[in-house]
Amino acid sequence: MRDDTITTTAKNPSLLRRFKDSHLWHSLKKDKVAFASFLVFILFVSVAILAPVLAPFDPYDPSSIDIMDSELPPVWQEDSEAKFLLGTDAQGRDLLSTILYGMRTSLLIGICAVLLQCFLGVVVGLSAGYFGGRIDSFLMRIADIQLSFSTLMVAIVVLAVFQASFGAELYSKLAVFMLILVIGFAEWPQYARTVRASVLAEKHKEYVDAARVMGFTNSRIMLGHILPNTLSPLLVISTVQIANAIISEASLSFLGLGMPVSQPSLGSLISSGFEYIFSGSWWITAIPGLVLVVLVMVINLLGDWLRDVLNPKLYKD
Amino acid sequence: MIAFLINRLFQAAIVMFVISLLSFSIQDNLGDPLRELIGQSVSEADRMELREELGLNDSFLTQYFRFAGKAIQGDLGTSYFFKEPALEVILKKLPATLELVFGATVLIIVISIPVGVYSAINPSSLFSKVAMGISIIGISVPVFLTAIISIYIFSVELGWLPSFGRGVTEHVFGTWETGFFNVDGLLHLLLPCLSLASIMLPLFIRLIRAEMMEVLQSEYIKFAWAKGLSPRRIWFMHALKNTMLPVITVGGVQIGTMVAYTILTETVFQWPGMGFLFLEAVNRVDTPLIVAYLIVVGAIFVITNTIVDLIYGLVNPTVKLVGEK
Repeated sequence: MRDDTITTTAKNPSLLRRFKDSHLWHSLKKDKVAFASFLVFILFVSVAILAPVLAPFDPYDPSSIDIMDSELPPVWQEDSEAKFLLGTDAQGRDLLSTILYGMRTSLLIGICAVLLQCFLGVVVGLSAGYFGGRIDSFLMRIADIQLSFSTLMVAIVVLAVFQASFGAELYSKLAVFMLILVIGFAEWPQYARTVRASVLAEKHKEYVDAARVMGFTNSRIMLGHILPNTLSPLLVISTVQIANAIISEASLSFLGLGMPVSQPSLGSLISSGFEYIFSGSWWITAIPGLVLVVLVMVINLLGDWLRDVLNPKLYKD
Repeated sequence: MIAFLINRLFQAAIVMFVISLLSFSIQDNLGDPLRELIGQSVSEADRMELREELGLNDSFLTQYFRFAGKAIQGDLGTSYFFKEPALEVILKKLPATLELVFGATVLIIVISIPVGVYSAINPSSLFSKVAMGISIIGISVPVFLTAIISIYIFSVELGWLPSFGRGVTEHVFGTWETGFFNVDGLLHLLLPCLSLASIMLPLFIRLIRAEMMEVLQSEYIKFAWAKGLSPRRIWFMHALKNTMLPVITVGGVQIGTMVAYTILTETVFQWPGMGFLFLEAVNRVDTPLIVAYLIVVGAIFVITNTIVDLIYGLVNPTVKLVGEK
């Protein structure tokens, strides 16, 4: 026991080293589909982060846009221009740059919304599971009711009302925050239920009793002892939730309740191209659509793989 | 059972109360009814008098009770745009939306059960693998994108199916207009229903497959095999029954969710239903119509959830009806 601690502190393995030795990394390398999804996801995230460096044009800068360049097709088609690799949209913006920035917005909203969901859900789920009794049944009843209303419905209604009362001008400035808040608040019950179920399973184990006997406070036991043991189900649902949040954001932007056309996310890009699909300019809708689908799909595939790896229930067959 | 029923009805009533409270506070804060009624040209003194007369200066609670009293009698105010009772405007559009949901539900049932059951029985066959692959793509494609793609393929490129509207409809039962009884109406229904179904289909195929696989591993199925029952009897009589229990619960909740997704499909296909109307009302800041939509859709959610809870209580003998301990 003592030797163990000495050797580990002597080696002092870095986080990266520990990750490389982990069960997770090994099974990721073995699973081809998951590994490919992982690479694509990393690629998308880094491209999105580096968008200001990589994008050939700045779609937020009106002076770089020329309306005469509008609706140019991608380079492999006729009538295209070489400087617009994926063509241009109806306003003459370079589609590649707009997609890079759009993906940045979509990922930002998706991830922040899920962090908010996770925070709310963990707080509610931990207290419901740990304290039990009245608090538990009250909180879970609220979660049930909230779950019975679809997220999209709640989000549409809330955003519509805000848009109608703020006016479109002010609303477009606040759109990012509103989307994060609304998607974050609408989905917390998913986390609350998952955390509560794990807490119920953990709370009668000996280590919790031991911590209590040692006189630790409730919050220390909940956060320091029980919470770390609920992390794997949290990780599994987080992937699915990010995918869903990105889809929700895209749907809301498509309805005109999300990101404005001047700072497009993938959803508002698809929406702005939709009118032009009948006149044959398919690329304004199709290319951002494809990017969105691939982004969501790799996250879903990673989620499936995580569920298989982290859920011991599925080992049986 | 009666205690369970009362419990659920009580919960439904509370939820409807909260919805009405929220709707009312929206109505109270959004737009100025006075401006909609009389315009700008009336003097300040007349304005104050009219405010007093209309009861706009009363306390929030008094105004709420007046609103709720009228709402119970079916009076949700007059739409600013249509100049007709808001509830009537909404209810006129309800059949179009319900037809969409109904058509999509039929498609989901007809496709997901056979596919899910087959891929649970033969998990390693090529068909099951393809079905699973398609379903993970299907989950990742947002419903509005499915709609756009199907319009592009079937309407713009191939020209087989219409891309917007309901086509020819017929009157049945008085005011109910339906597109189910003629070819044109059905053709118009096909693409919107497919797009709407596409969001739920993968979910149900995966759910049915997972549940069925779990059931097939249980003791009583092994016992049935040992007894020498025919495979058909085991799969469809014994296993399918227990598979469908969780599917019913999820399904009931998803019907409500589908009503939300109709807003997206109706927007893409310009389907003259409630969702399309709602978005128009939002753009026009037509508050009474927004409120009426909220209450009608809220009621649909509450009713379907209550019915699903009750059915689940009836079908599943192990569910604890009263008190959870």
